[in-house]
Amino acid sequence: MYNEIIMAGFGGQGVLLIGKLLAYAGMKAGFEVTWMPAYGPEMRGGTCNCTVVLSDRQVGSPISRNPHGAVVLNLQSIDKFEPTVRPGGVLVVNTSLINRAVTRQDLMVVPVAANQIALEAGSAKATNMVALGAFLGATGLVNLALVKDIVAEQFGKRPNIVQVNHACLSKGFEIGQTHASVVAAR
Amino acid sequence: MAKKLMKGCEAIGEAAIQAGCRLFFGYPITPQNEIPEYLSGRLPQVGGTFVQAESEVAAVNMLYGAAGAGCRCFTSSSSPGISLMMEGMSYIAASELPVVFVNIMRAGPGLGGILPSQADYFQATKGGGHGDYRVLVLAPSTVQEAADLTMQAFELADKYRNPVMILGDGLIGQMMEPVEFKTRIEPADLPEKPWATTGARGRSPNIINSLYLKPEELEQHNWDLVAKYREMAGEVRHELYRCDDDLDVLVVAYGTVARIARTSIDALREKGVKVGLFRPVTLYPYPTEALVTTAERAGKLLVAELSTGQMVEDVRAALQGRRPVEFFGRAGGMVMSAEELADQVEKLAAVTA
Repeated sequence: MYNEIIMAGFGGQGVLLIGKLLAYAGMKAGFEVTWMPAYGPEMRGGTCNCTVVLSDRQVGSPISRNPHGAVVLNLQSIDKFEPTVRPGGVLVVNTSLINRAVTRQDLMVVPVAANQIALEAGSAKATNMVALGAFLGATGLVNLALVKDIVAEQFGKRPNIVQVNHACLSKGFEIGQTHASVVAAR
Repeated sequence: MAKKLMKGCEAIGEAAIQAGCRLFFGYPITPQNEIPEYLSGRLPQVGGTFVQAESEVAAVNMLYGAAGAGCRCFTSSSSPGISLMMEGMSYIAASELPVVFVNIMRAGPGLGGILPSQADYFQATKGGGHGDYRVLVLAPSTVQEAADLTMQAFELADKYRNPVMILGDGLIGQMMEPVEFKTRIEPADLPEKPWATTGARGRSPNIINSLYLKPEELEQHNWDLVAKYREMAGEVRHELYRCDDDLDVLVVAYGTVARIARTSIDALREKGVKVGLFRPVTLYPYPTEALVTTAERAGKLLVAELSTGQMVEDVRAALQGRRPVEFFGRAGGMVMSAEELADQVEKLAAVTA
């Protein structure tokens, strides 16, 4: 198992955080993991991304030219990363902010209205959690419960934040899982 | 302590604390700011002192004083900041003081850029400042290794009374990986330093100085330092990856590039290309003997670096023409992809065949 995933969006959308959660959960699940932020000048231009690698052997390069999956939360990010995902890979698309169709035909695309769902669940700030949930639901890479435990651990002092984040993770997960099973049935 | 997910920079900071170091002097510069940031919070918790100096020149001279007084101390900076510290490092080497320097390299020359680079190899391994001196240089390629080598750096610095440098880059510094701290040294448990200037009560004064006006004495001092560097040669370390059989190409790379090379090598091995990796862990002293022995089983060598060609000179000097040594480098903060490096190896392997 060797899986490279890129999380990308605006600065402030929390893509670095969901990358860390995935890496942390991967570590707890017994994988070798790396988390690498793009710390170059592009961070100042408004977009932000990180690469997570989960592997059952020591991770070589922590950066990826052709990831197995990408979670894109804004238009710039889909423009940048859609062409890079490996054929057969997963692309989670935040349709709340991305109003164009995916052009690639060889990917498993998971459209999710992440901002809207997060807002309905109680906080637009949890948009990233919906997207992470959708990614986990579609790929099954790490256990959702593991991620929820980490969220509870990290935000333990603010129970309402934990609750909203958990709700968003679950909602996203359902969408991802349903989507994956539809694709599998085809 | 259980495994934690940490940035390389944070792991280096924590490792210094676990090594019993309680003094940090430095000045901010990207991409190593997480080291002073981490320590500014962590050092006061353990009774240590964090000093943000007015400049790198000030910081290195504070280190000179603290090390002279027998304290474990260290600094971290990035390329231009390390350059500013070079005068002080030369004094520290001349006075035979144990100080750990961390250089999280950025791309140069000049102010350059903040992205990963290995362009300070010459500076680190050939002394760096003025005069005939050397610094022990360790190059981690994982976050765990960054932590382990930082802890060992303090021991080596004390053992040889010499500066030790951890040479990394923004990829090692900014990346998060699981890390575990296995040993913890308390400052009270550190061996005494009878040479330190700790107040001359009950004994004759110790003097720490690098000024020798008599050339006969200064020459002798230079040869004494050389004798110490020869002893340091016993500290050489390297790692081999997939070098069990005869090789078409042996890749030589350290730090960030070594881990990229592992990915390239895994992909090439699947295609049947016989390729392995020689990764120097100590850059000075250089693992020359081990490299020569490994190279005997290889058709060609490819040295890959994030520079326009620095370590390749040491590899060529080691091989002395016994094998063709090719070079592949990226510079300016451009990091080679695993695929790009694999292409280079494959081309070279095809020529060999």
